[in-house]
Amino acid sequence: MAFVVLRHRDILDIKKLEVYRQNGGFEAFQNAVKNLKPDGVTQVVKDSGLRGRGGAGFPTGMKWSFIDSKNWPHYVVANADESEPGTFKDREIMESNPFQFLEGVALACYAVGANSAYIYLRGEFWQLAGFLDEKINELNDAGLLGAKLFNTNYSLNIYTHLGAGAYICGEETALLESLEGKRGQPRVRPPFPPAVGLYNKPTIVNNVETLTNVPLIIQNGAAWYKSLGTPDSAGVKVFSLSGRVRKPGNYELPFGATFRQLIYEHGGGVLDGRPVKAIMPAGASSSLILVDEKALDTPMDYASVRTLGSDLGSASIIVIDDTVSIDWVIQKTIHFFKHESCGKCTPCREGTYWMMNIAERAHNGRKDPADVELLHAVARQMQGMCLCALGEFATMSVVTGIDRFPSDFKNPVNLQEKIV
Amino acid sequence: MDKQVTLTIDGKLISVPEGTFVADAARMADIDIPVFCHHPKLEPVGMCRMCLVEIGRPIRDRATGQFVLENGQPKIQFLPKLETACTNRVEDGMVVHTQSESAKAGQKSTIEFLLTSHPLDCPVCDKGGECPLQNLTMAHGAGKSRFLYDEKLHLEKRKPLGELIYLDQERCIQCGRCVRFQDEIAGDPVIGFDERGRSMQIMTSSEPGFDSVFSGNTTDICPVGALTTADFRFGARPWELEEFPSICSQCPVGCNITINTRREAAADGSMVIKRIMPRQNETVNEIWICDKGRFAYHYTESKGRLTRPAIRKDGKLSRASWDSAIKLAAENFAEAGKNFVVLASGRLANEDLFNLKSLADHLKGDAVLYSEIGGGELTSAIGISPDTNLGEVGPGTTLVVIASDLYQEAPIWYLRLKQAVRRGATLIVANPRQTRLDDHASYVIRYAYGDEVKTVHSLDKKNKIGEAFTRSENVIIFYGSEGLGVEGSAALASACAKLLNEYGFAGKPNNGLVGVWQRANDQGAWEMGYRVEADLPRFLRGKVVYLVGVDPAGDDPRLAKALENAKFLAVQDILESATSELADVILPAQAHTEREGTFTSGERRVQRYYPALPVLGETRPDFAITAQIARQAGFIQEGTSVSAAFDILSETIPSYAELSYSKLAEVQPQWPVVGRGDLYYGGTTYENKHGLGAHLTTTASRGENVHILRVHRESAPRPQENELLAVPVTRLYDRGTTVLPAKVLKNRIGKATISMHPDIAERLNVKNGGLVKISFDGHSGEALVQIDKTIPAGVVTVPRSMGLAIHEPVPAKVK
Repeated sequence: MAFVVLRHRDILDIKKLEVYRQNGGFEAFQNAVKNLKPDGVTQVVKDSGLRGRGGAGFPTGMKWSFIDSKNWPHYVVANADESEPGTFKDREIMESNPFQFLEGVALACYAVGANSAYIYLRGEFWQLAGFLDEKINELNDAGLLGAKLFNTNYSLNIYTHLGAGAYICGEETALLESLEGKRGQPRVRPPFPPAVGLYNKPTIVNNVETLTNVPLIIQNGAAWYKSLGTPDSAGVKVFSLSGRVRKPGNYELPFGATFRQLIYEHGGGVLDGRPVKAIMPAGASSSLILVDEKALDTPMDYASVRTLGSDLGSASIIVIDDTVSIDWVIQKTIHFFKHESCGKCTPCREGTYWMMNIAERAHNGRKDPADVELLHAVARQMQGMCLCALGEFATMSVVTGIDRFPSDFKNPVNLQEKIV
Repeated sequence: MDKQVTLTIDGKLISVPEGTFVADAARMADIDIPVFCHHPKLEPVGMCRMCLVEIGRPIRDRATGQFVLENGQPKIQFLPKLETACTNRVEDGMVVHTQSESAKAGQKSTIEFLLTSHPLDCPVCDKGGECPLQNLTMAHGAGKSRFLYDEKLHLEKRKPLGELIYLDQERCIQCGRCVRFQDEIAGDPVIGFDERGRSMQIMTSSEPGFDSVFSGNTTDICPVGALTTADFRFGARPWELEEFPSICSQCPVGCNITINTRREAAADGSMVIKRIMPRQNETVNEIWICDKGRFAYHYTESKGRLTRPAIRKDGKLSRASWDSAIKLAAENFAEAGKNFVVLASGRLANEDLFNLKSLADHLKGDAVLYSEIGGGELTSAIGISPDTNLGEVGPGTTLVVIASDLYQEAPIWYLRLKQAVRRGATLIVANPRQTRLDDHASYVIRYAYGDEVKTVHSLDKKNKIGEAFTRSENVIIFYGSEGLGVEGSAALASACAKLLNEYGFAGKPNNGLVGVWQRANDQGAWEMGYRVEADLPRFLRGKVVYLVGVDPAGDDPRLAKALENAKFLAVQDILESATSELADVILPAQAHTEREGTFTSGERRVQRYYPALPVLGETRPDFAITAQIARQAGFIQEGTSVSAAFDILSETIPSYAELSYSKLAEVQPQWPVVGRGDLYYGGTTYENKHGLGAHLTTTASRGENVHILRVHRESAPRPQENELLAVPVTRLYDRGTTVLPAKVLKNRIGKATISMHPDIAERLNVKNGGLVKISFDGHSGEALVQIDKTIPAGVVTVPRSMGLAIHEPVPAKVK
């Protein structure tokens, strides 16, 4: 099957504008601007069943239809702050298939009536920002971006913007704050960005992978896209596979492929042939899946993963084998969230710090059952209390780790520590 | 009235205005929802998560929009999670549970999380006793900590954000109220957060640190003891303090304050003022005061207080009895006839000014207000009318500020005008140089010093500004004395008054002329019929002068010389001064903190203040001393009861006619509710239980004819080629006798600093911060130079009351 998002794996030089155009590039955009109404573009995306690839899986077309048409101007922001531990798909897309991504941005802009789009990249992507700037310039030179496109009244400019190294800026409202030049801290929602977003104007924030799907959906139609994947989760997904596997990397598969297929057929199986003990399907934010044969045969789509008591999220599949102790894993994730908590709301700021203290204490030998119980209680106490999802995510691995792998939290745990 | 929304909180059915947040709705209904980050004057942020409650909303049928019923009642849907009461607005039919098991668990959780980082050093904390965190811990906290003491973060406990405000990083709960106050209310975003997560700390980004004249307010709304003032830090425990309502005497705004006092061993067992706190008056200062009002109270405790009468004998001042001092003064005053002059300060109470004026009238003498601003009689004619509230003006109202830097001269007016713009009012700022209010102005007019009147005449021209002015429903003009003396400001006032009168912006609420006076009760003096004198040195020569609350000799060597050449000087004041050195008789007066009385604010609101400290030595209130002199001169005045004196005043002075002393003490419910048990809601601002005051009428509002004389004035003097035009400007922190004794303000007061354009500085070969000699009018002094490109070329601004005796624009040499 041909690649949809990682098309550079089929067409090596697709990062060159002429090659991209030879392969139908920017036909969808040109056709949309010249012949389709903005609502028409949104409707196709709605019909395609495309869901957001940033983690929440929100239906993309529906999000676009929420844009407040009484308040102008509108903005589109591409969320390229890819920071979830274990997620590395957007980087490959932007590095290797940049024009398809940019065409996706352009289509989104046309659909929601935006004349400006911003690509918010994590600070470490500074080289990538320069690369994208070159590509945007090429598009401007080619008349595919800029004023009065294709002899219509529609104008569009795309700008890149670098963050300064904060995980929280991947949260859409914190991203908008950062983009406005303020501290990257989440806003109270509602109102949601389609009503009140960048500079208090209606704004659509979409993930890079989501947008990269759009050109082919417009070109090939909603029915084509829907035919890929499962009824619940249409289309294809780039799975970032990492952890104790032989061939980590990005794998584009239709939704509904099983964990077993990803790990064993594509990822070459577990290192040293060990059994899979746990899977983190959504990076550090995951609820840990207790892996058995049934779990391995579970299709990777939003609904099915939920039956395992977890979420597919951004589909950064971290594989954990039986050489790794879960208490070490959660100590690592807590450390990450403590470091990345923005500090705005009390339960996350204080809770992550508190959990880190207990987890380190518990991991470094003194495994007092009361500490494990307290760790669990603190995590539970944070749940449902935080301002944004970061604080909630910080508790996922803790609660599920302790609930599902209780023996890893008892003395003595003589497992060899391995880097996940 | 706003549209009302009806909801149920804890079973109580309440109606509140649409758009109200659940937390505020609960407060209106006297239901406690604890908060830390939420403050009724600030935008909601939902950070602290203290106000988590269960919120249920009625389900509506999608087709009909009607409520879905269940057993005849609307079916209520609750979210699985708790929600913040501070960020959710009320909806019809909403059901809120603040005391359910899950809501209580949420509140308990937040307290526990906050306490993991908090030092719990309440026994040594200034906030202990009036601390929201302490109170809410008692209400919602667990008795025992699950957090290991050894894992507490240890941070800096005495970090000066500036020299006025200290931060205790351990106590801070990162609610951001201070940051948001500075940003949203004060418009001085000089503090912010540094770092993130558990490392997040308040920091200052200004030089000097925390450079805002509103900084003290952050200590009131700080819900813990993280922010304390250098002045009160470790000064006393809140429960030891007594509270006395008063009115700030530092500027014409008339902020309502509470004076906290304590009996102190360090002061030999006497009562001393420990701190000044804001007292709520939503029509005057809301719940804020400026730092000058908060910190510059130390003068009343100055060692230089005059405590007993004295008479000059054989060239030396020596102790005398009240009787002999009064007799001496009365004899000289009575003999003087037309040569008798009362030179009174605008710091005096209305009752004092009234008695002084009637004494002068009775003796056929003259009553002069010691001020450098003229034109005040016009504010009595078409000043602000009753029912004006700057806190409510919005669309349809145009506010004009001309020749005044309100941030420096009347900070709370700056704040109120800035908020009015946010509500939709139009603001026109006209000043020769950039001022802080420019940032918030709809239109900024720059004119050359000397062109004030011309500028006013252009306000109704056919352009955008003219339209904003003439088409407005209401117009209020604030005029000041930037670059002006008595004559210049009188001409400006006349031009403003004529324009207001011509367009009918007078005699009705939210219209009229406001003078940005130098002192708290200058307005009162104007209402009583005082005048100002442009050439005081010439005027005072050979006169019998009754100087009350003024120090001309200390202000200007030319005035000192004039007083030396006066016939007789009676000095009635609270402090020793260069003027009291020259006195023939000294009459020691009580400070306003030691007595009761009334002030008339620049907005023409009459407000009462109450005694906070016991009487010092043999001092007497000013109005009583004057009454005793009058009696000696054969003329009866009220000299024992302020209340009776005020009522006589109100019978005599038309604009006070509708007022009585007791009416001034009336209060009405105010929103937001502050100062009660729930300190977490509004902060430590005091509730107003002692009177909101009342407005004066104007000639125009009484329907009487208004006559406005055209005042002619020469334009500003033209400097010679080697000279600059020195113009007086007003600074908040000056070397005035009521400010200088506040040691905590030492750095803010600083040295006399003159400002000039970089081109001029280059021509004079002076550097920023350099010391120069400035001379004008046969008088010279030293000053530091500040290079400021917003100062017009050819001009040097000279601050008043900083040791350089400038009264009006004058050619000057700078070397």
